[in-house]
Amino acid sequence: MTGHIHQTDVAVGHDLLDAIGGAATASTAVVVDAQHVDKWFGKLHVLQDVSLQVKRQEVVVVLGPSGSGKTTFIRCVNHLEKIQGGRIYVNGHLIGYREVDGKLVEDKEANIARQRQEIGMVFQRFNLFPHKTALENIIEAPTQVRGMPQAEALEIGKALLTRVGLAAKADSYPAQLSGGQQQRVAIARALAMKPALMLFDEPTSALDPEMIGEVLEVMKELAREGMTMIVVTHEMGFAKEVADRVVMMDEGVVVEEGTPEHFFANPTHERTKSFLSKIL
Amino acid sequence: MQFDPKEFLDFTFTWRGVLIGAIVTTLLIAVIAQVLGVLLGLLAALAGRSRNLVLKGISGLYVWVFRGTPVLVQIVLLYYGLPSLLGIDPFPQRYGNLPELIGGAFLAATLALGVNEGAYMSEIIRAGILSVDSGQAEAAKSLGMTPRKTMSRIVLPQAMRVIIPPLGNEFNNMLKTTSLASVVGVTELLLLAENRYGGTFKPFEPLLGICVYYLAMTTIWGLIQGRIEKRLGAGLNRNEADEGFWSRLTGVGRRMGPSGGAR
Repeated sequence: MTGHIHQTDVAVGHDLLDAIGGAATASTAVVVDAQHVDKWFGKLHVLQDVSLQVKRQEVVVVLGPSGSGKTTFIRCVNHLEKIQGGRIYVNGHLIGYREVDGKLVEDKEANIARQRQEIGMVFQRFNLFPHKTALENIIEAPTQVRGMPQAEALEIGKALLTRVGLAAKADSYPAQLSGGQQQRVAIARALAMKPALMLFDEPTSALDPEMIGEVLEVMKELAREGMTMIVVTHEMGFAKEVADRVVMMDEGVVVEEGTPEHFFANPTHERTKSFLSKIL
Repeated sequence: MQFDPKEFLDFTFTWRGVLIGAIVTTLLIAVIAQVLGVLLGLLAALAGRSRNLVLKGISGLYVWVFRGTPVLVQIVLLYYGLPSLLGIDPFPQRYGNLPELIGGAFLAATLALGVNEGAYMSEIIRAGILSVDSGQAEAAKSLGMTPRKTMSRIVLPQAMRVIIPPLGNEFNNMLKTTSLASVVGVTELLLLAENRYGGTFKPFEPLLGICVYYLAMTTIWGLIQGRIEKRLGAGLNRNEADEGFWSRLTGVGRRMGPSGGAR
């Protein structure tokens, strides 16, 4: 993976956030506050005392070799994975749990679902709903979860599709779209919920090289417009260009973090150096 | 060899009220029992996936008991056993003003067939749910959908593609299994034939005659099933559903074995 950004002719419009009526305002300056998170898969200690803060409008890129826990970590942020220790707060709300006498007790499904409405997620394998068209994919959650009127959701959905350059594909089913197109629809789908935070789990790893650029373009646009983002990726070009902060994880531990300038020019940690030497 | 063509033709193709009644009864039992089976199967499949251990246990017990005992015994047990157990007869010959067709025996047989079918449908629906990529439920959840919405709007509609073909086979089976209702005195096709040769002492002709009707019903159902599956496969870029009618009917050249049908 070379990580250079491809120029594409995709007409990525401006103002992705305008399409949804502006970004949801995070109520706190710190959007994500993960404190001493511990997670085990059986005997495997996949997250060890991981702490990370993400400020409003900040773009944090998480790097690391496979198996380092970076994907697991962002899956914990919207409680797709349970944690066994520590706390994760998003917009000041403890995610997935209630605290009872200092212990974590898993929250009710309805509460967890409500918390997830604030957190958009984009998956490596897109996970579009194959029985729904691109537009139906986008309006599903706003109408079903937020109770938005169909007409309003359609308007927002069409606007979002236009902004990701796929206005003509509104009535196409996912199977009729390329990987890059599917991922752009998936981003639009997540944005339609007006999230305060977007999580990207290796959004370009399943794409053919020629399609990576069009997805990164959308993500860059989103970052420019001030969306708060955590991005797990191997795209070093994206990290250099867009990230406010780069976090290096290895074996379940945050090894090093810093600005892209610091990170790529003067990595201090041995494991960061060896990882970067392999990937750049 | 003694074959009486006149008797065969007379029994089979003379539209007497009793023949129409028997056909209607057979179809009613099959449809009602299958619908009941699908509903119970859905409940059992969902309960089996529940975090609640009591629900999970009930679901497992249900499937275990009803798949593990003969459906004929279940019918007889319900119809003859339940009244003696309860001391009252929940299955009288007639229910008030309801047509005679829908009497206690009809109800008992239909109920037993439906509850039995539910145990099989539960496994089919469970397999259908498992066939849906886990990423689908994760995507739905990440959009803030509750588990219930995730299941009803995202997972189940996709599971249908896997559920419908064996469900069709189950209904094909059900059309024929209705003949068991004859043992508790429901005048469906088999009992109609038995009543006939009880008087004529010519069993072959009416029995052959009802086979014509069973074949007609399963053949027509095969056509309908093909239509449904073709529609289901549309837009999904797969060609699983394009089996020809004849290969469906005869089993020759099928790519997938009929699932869930073996008893």
